[in-house]
Amino acid sequence: MGGSILGNRVLRKEDPKFLTEGGKYVDDLLDEPLLANALHVTYARSTVAHGKINSIDVSEASQMDGIVAIFTGADLDLQQVPSAFNPMATRTLLATDKVRYVGEPVVAIVSETRSQGEDALDAIIIDYDVLPALIDLEKAMASDLHLYEACGSNVVFDTMVLGLPDNTGEAYFADCEVVVKGRFMNQRVAPCPLEVRGAAASWGENGRLTQWLSTQHAQGAVAPIAAANGVEEALIHVKTPDVGGGFGAKIGAYPEELLLGPIAKRVGKPVRWRETRSESMVALGHGRAQLQYVTIGGNRSGKVTHYQLWAIQDSGAWVDMGTILAPFMTRPMSSGVYDIPNIECRTTSVVTNTTPIVAYRGAGRPEATAAIERAMDMFAAKIGMDPAEVRRINLIPKFLEPHTTVVGQTYDVGDYETSLNKALEVSDYAGWREKQKAARARGDVKQLGIGVSIYVEITGGVGNGEAAKVEILDNGHALIYTGTSPHGQGHATAWAMLASEQTGIPMEKIDLVWGDTDLVPVGTGTMGSRSLQQGGNAVFAVSAELVNKAKAVAARLLEANEADIVLDKDSAAFHVAGTPALTKTWSELAQAEKSVGGALSHSDVIGVTGATFPFGAHVAIVEVDTETGKVTHLRHFACDDAGRVLNPLLLEGQIHGGVAQGTAQALLEEVVYDTDGNPTTSNLMDYAFISAAELPSIDVIHMETPTPLNLLGAKGIGESGTIGSTPAVQSAVIDAVSHLGVDHIDMPTTPQRVWEAIVAAN
Amino acid sequence: MSETEIYSLRVNGKQREVVDSWLGESLLYVLRERLGLPGSKGACEQGECGSCTVVIDGAAVCSCLVLAASAVDADIKTIEGFSDGELTDVQQAFIDEGAVQCGFCTPGLIVAVHHLLENTPQPTEIKVKEALSGNLCRCTGYGRIFAAVTRVIEQRAQQ
Ligand code: FES
Ligand code: FES
Repeated sequence: MGGSILGNRVLRKEDPKFLTEGGKYVDDLLDEPLLANALHVTYARSTVAHGKINSIDVSEASQMDGIVAIFTGADLDLQQVPSAFNPMATRTLLATDKVRYVGEPVVAIVSETRSQGEDALDAIIIDYDVLPALIDLEKAMASDLHLYEACGSNVVFDTMVLGLPDNTGEAYFADCEVVVKGRFMNQRVAPCPLEVRGAAASWGENGRLTQWLSTQHAQGAVAPIAAANGVEEALIHVKTPDVGGGFGAKIGAYPEELLLGPIAKRVGKPVRWRETRSESMVALGHGRAQLQYVTIGGNRSGKVTHYQLWAIQDSGAWVDMGTILAPFMTRPMSSGVYDIPNIECRTTSVVTNTTPIVAYRGAGRPEATAAIERAMDMFAAKIGMDPAEVRRINLIPKFLEPHTTVVGQTYDVGDYETSLNKALEVSDYAGWREKQKAARARGDVKQLGIGVSIYVEITGGVGNGEAAKVEILDNGHALIYTGTSPHGQGHATAWAMLASEQTGIPMEKIDLVWGDTDLVPVGTGTMGSRSLQQGGNAVFAVSAELVNKAKAVAARLLEANEADIVLDKDSAAFHVAGTPALTKTWSELAQAEKSVGGALSHSDVIGVTGATFPFGAHVAIVEVDTETGKVTHLRHFACDDAGRVLNPLLLEGQIHGGVAQGTAQALLEEVVYDTDGNPTTSNLMDYAFISAAELPSIDVIHMETPTPLNLLGAKGIGESGTIGSTPAVQSAVIDAVSHLGVDHIDMPTTPQRVWEAIVAAN
Repeated sequence: MSETEIYSLRVNGKQREVVDSWLGESLLYVLRERLGLPGSKGACEQGECGSCTVVIDGAAVCSCLVLAASAVDADIKTIEGFSDGELTDVQQAFIDEGAVQCGFCTPGLIVAVHHLLENTPQPTEIKVKEALSGNLCRCTGYGRIFAAVTRVIEQRAQQ
């Protein structure tokens, strides 16, 4: 047979549709019969950051053209729903008594057309008793005014509550020759999938609700939708059309989505909803938003012996996923790639009057990496050593057996020094340092900056495995059902490669089904870079088992021993060993099974034994205009080790996209509120969404250290680029002006911030 | 506000009647919701993302910013009008270079790249960046998209 397809640069089979007629996203379901004559839902949102609702007057709005109904939380009899992460915090899906951030939904308008709903917004009068807005994290932490009174504090989660000790402060560093402290704000950013959220809901005559969602995890939405409608989960059918990006922000179901079923029931018609970009910027969850107090200590020869991190996580105005990222993602990764004998890490999560924080590409790990990498840079600067060298001294040596750090996190395999060496070599690190020296000696206005970061992260930490089913149709084509949920990653191609490898069925005859909870009831979705190592792994294993089943059928038809049946993958047909002329094709086998009332398919949930820990090293080269503070990102070198590579085309796509988002955080993007809690970055004009003009060329450096934890040897790659690039780029910017006395600049390193840092250092 | 009138638009070479439309509706809305052409996407409806790019009388524009009724008598070309069964060289290059991920930005980019290369067959790198800087993509980091454009430029130069 020909060689394996695995590892090849196979082109994406899903692309022609996107390129010719466009994908079918939730707002494109125009000819869906269940949505015929659907009404539109528009949400009136809080315009104040913090306040008590006195009254809601919808009388004028209800008289307007095309308005079918208007619902407040009281009209829908909404009950308090507790947070999954701190049950003392409760809210109603539409705010009824109190609003806690600008953008919180308060009233649902149902109209014949979308524009009629938008027109009615202005006529809805909500009267508030405005309360002081708690926007600053540390002020919120200290405030007697509590967003959720029942919590008794704005601190809604703390590692000390988990029984972990508090940090011990300066005493911890008594034996260190060198101690450096930092306060870093890992700023709030907006995930900005290009497709905003949208959803639709339709009740069938059988009493079942069909709900379409732009989501990363349809199966996870079933329980909250059932709860919101007060019905059994069996009555909920979630369908996922094409999804235009998620980046973590579309993992959980949001109030605007959960309310569509109850609203559709009340108006007796199907309903559609799609937010505007301005709504999306304030009501789709945000990411990062972690304040870090960092202390690092060691000796003058470069060995770091002590590290202390207090991560204060902004949860925003709801106790959502963002709350638990600091304790369960940042803290375990606080040691990074380094062998540091003493680490203390406390995390404290605080609610504020801002948009809730959710998972965003990297979700807690970029924050951990940024903290330790920045600390390493400051430590290196303090002892006057090259930052790459200080890193090398402290790296955990190569390990191919599990390694456990002092914070108790076990990594699968790692070879950090090789990734560092590759990145330094390919980027010509030494050469750039020479150029930098020359530019400094000349006193150029434009100075070079070189940033290095080395990272390790957790992938596949969500879920213990994944469901897969492979079914052979009469015509010999295969249908794969997966519990993962693509929204750009290329699962249709990747999963077809895996099934084709096992079955010999050509990729073009293999199609993918996902995100439909009737067809795929079990699934953990796509998040945390888990898809290939859990979902792909399951497809691979289930396909192999299906081949065994097929052999049994072939044996029956060919009147031979099952053990003698072989699959010729080149022709995708089975025969008895030694008599290749007499064959049974997949199509014949499927039809044979059907004729006896069966089906040729196999389905299973394939477990995995744990998370994997991809790692890598990035080098960023920037140029900073020391007169204006303007940063130009010249080159970026990324060495990311995601274990065995299934398809380099898909891998590189993930790295490129990740680096773009990581760079965007380092240089440009930040969600900003004024002191009253009004967002000032609520459209794509004000929010510095990175464009083609700002990105450098990215050099992807190959490295593969397979993990033993799954059949494919694969680790995740969805978030690595983001995690590695952000600290490298930030560090490069600071490095460019470090000779002027600058030792830190918080992200985003905008021209203004860079310029101010230069001026302050003078 | 519900002033409606029947008018017709010439889209992808076909005359299409628009009924029941309020005159304030954007071209993007009319294409999608009235004419059943959802290939043009809306990611901002504020002229900031380029997902809704169409060509009107030879100019690439954001259809979210154009009043549909003002485009009567114009030649409108949308993503649906580029390939008739066969992929164009631009579309094929996007596949070959891995320039598509979630696909949401893709229709706007295909229209924009075709338009660019028709008017400037051999654009410089800077010109390409400039021409596409109005088309936002959150997934690809743009590098693969530039690689696709470069591929088409080289292919066309050889023909
Ligand atoms: S939808 Fe028209 S530019 Fe964004
Ligand atoms: S491919 Fe997703 S926005 Fe461009």
